Amino acid sequence: MIRDVFSETMPREDLEALQLRRLQAVVERVYHLVPFYRRRMDELEIKPEHIRTLEDLELLPFTAKQDIRDNYPYGMFATPMDQIVRIHASSGTTGKPTPVAYTARDLDIWSELMARTLAAAGAHRADIIHNAYGYGLFTGGLGFHYGAERLGATVIPVSGGQTRRQIMLLQDFGPTVITCTPSFALYLAEVGQEMGVDFPGLKLRVGVFGAEPWTEGMRTEIENRLGLDALDIYGLSEIMGPGVSVECIEAKNGLHLFEDHFLPEIIDPATLNPLPPGEIGELVITTLTREAFPLLRYRTRDLTALNKAPCQCGRTICRMSRLRGRSDDMLIIRGVNVFPSQIESVIMEVPGVAPHYQLIVSREGQLDNLEVQVEVDEATFSDEVKQLQALAQKIQKQIKDYLTVSVKVKLVEPRSIPRSEGKAKRVIDLRQQ
Amino acid sequence: MRGKTMKVEQISVFLENKAGRLAEVTRVLGEAGINIRALSLADTTDFGILRLIVDQYDKARQVLKEKGFTVGKTEVVAVEVPDRPGGLALVLQILARAGINVEYMYAFVQHSGKNAVIIFRFDNLEDAISLLQKEGIHIYKGEEVYRL
Repeated sequence: MIRDVFSETMPREDLEALQLRRLQAVVERVYHLVPFYRRRMDELEIKPEHIRTLEDLELLPFTAKQDIRDNYPYGMFATPMDQIVRIHASSGTTGKPTPVAYTARDLDIWSELMARTLAAAGAHRADIIHNAYGYGLFTGGLGFHYGAERLGATVIPVSGGQTRRQIMLLQDFGPTVITCTPSFALYLAEVGQEMGVDFPGLKLRVGVFGAEPWTEGMRTEIENRLGLDALDIYGLSEIMGPGVSVECIEAKNGLHLFEDHFLPEIIDPATLNPLPPGEIGELVITTLTREAFPLLRYRTRDLTALNKAPCQCGRTICRMSRLRGRSDDMLIIRGVNVFPSQIESVIMEVPGVAPHYQLIVSREGQLDNLEVQVEVDEATFSDEVKQLQALAQKIQKQIKDYLTVSVKVKLVEPRSIPRSEGKAKRVIDLRQQ
Repeated sequence: MRGKTMKVEQISVFLENKAGRLAEVTRVLGEAGINIRALSLADTTDFGILRLIVDQYDKARQVLKEKGFTVGKTEVVAVEVPDRPGGLALVLQILARAGINVEYMYAFVQHSGKNAVIIFRFDNLEDAISLLQKEGIHIYKGEEVYRL
């Protein structure tokens, strides 16, 4: 179903005219309100009035996650604090999170885009939505929550964890829609099977799954095991949260990106040159309507391709393909973004631990496992088992505290982690094999 | 000063739980002409700690470090325990009454003599030594142990 027929099926020339007007407005705003952008644009000798067509987007500076970090915590905000009504945060590349801000109007638009997202997935006001995305600083839980309420549906704010209790609620409360990460969906299926639950016999009809990359193979498995239509959703907190793009239930062929609010580009991550539609490259997004946290040409580091052909569902807004990976070393572990540098900064804070570590990512059943291998040297070694186990637990706890992700720390012998020429191979991802 | 000579230097070696690591340690020591007097291996699912008493402490430490092993030094006590039923219990009761905790212990392989030698690791070494000596338990000097 299309919630906003006017915006989602606009002729492309009208859409592009709208995008240009909004782009000009956002460039004007950030130039005057965000010192970081004023500096960047002055360096490039670009003034807001230089943006005359959508192609002029290429004149504007990129924004990287590092730039947000450099302006930690509030330096990128474009509105005074008294107009900001909410802050969310994603994990940063080191121990510090990356905060993002919302005005009341930002939340209103986000709710509306999430209502559009749920409608595209086939949800409507009579639905009961079991929302198992985490509530809190993470945008997943509250993003879906507000969207479901805006749609007029009934939302069950379950949040993450307590799998068996969730399965009880799925049986007893009879939700028709479930929203969570795809790995958690499969985990529910697995635990449900152990409990003897007949998932296809439940009322669940649709699942909206995101926050981590998944495959067509996983879609088939989730659909068969849970007995529902499984749809992919994309978003990131820096841009807004979930609701940047979503698959429609009619085609399940690419994620419709809400182009009236976000201006997408695909670039070659090496040369930074724009790539034509259809080619896989890094997704770059300029926010067109964000008030508190507008971003120019934000490098998402997600690899995808854009398709501007109209869809069978009637939408004219472009579609992005399923994510093909990352152009940096970010890992997604059970929906949580993890950078190796974050793990490194935690390890370095534990006295005596050598800076040699390796991350082994694997999938056990349906859940991601992250093993952190740390070398034991003379400073940390003890002849007592309990001391070494306490060391491993201490590192585990600190990683959990900083990154909110549970890992297993394994102590290994010195020099057992391969040293390579130049950059060490920090990550071994067994999930793709 | 008297307690000092009563201490035995133990080498501990960190081992990952993978095939061949223990064999590698014993090979390195054997090739260097070092004799192992006593050993114990504490293991967990992920790693093990090998504890060794050898005849040449410094040399053993050096060759193991050269081969890239993480080695540690711990002072332990070698206690003579009567080789009869209740022999070890007697020693442990003395320690328990005084509230001295045994971190770990292992037996020494000794062919000569009629009594057993047990290696003890205590948190508070000095207290344990003076207590045992006061109770008339024989403690071997370090030099004696390396030559046993």
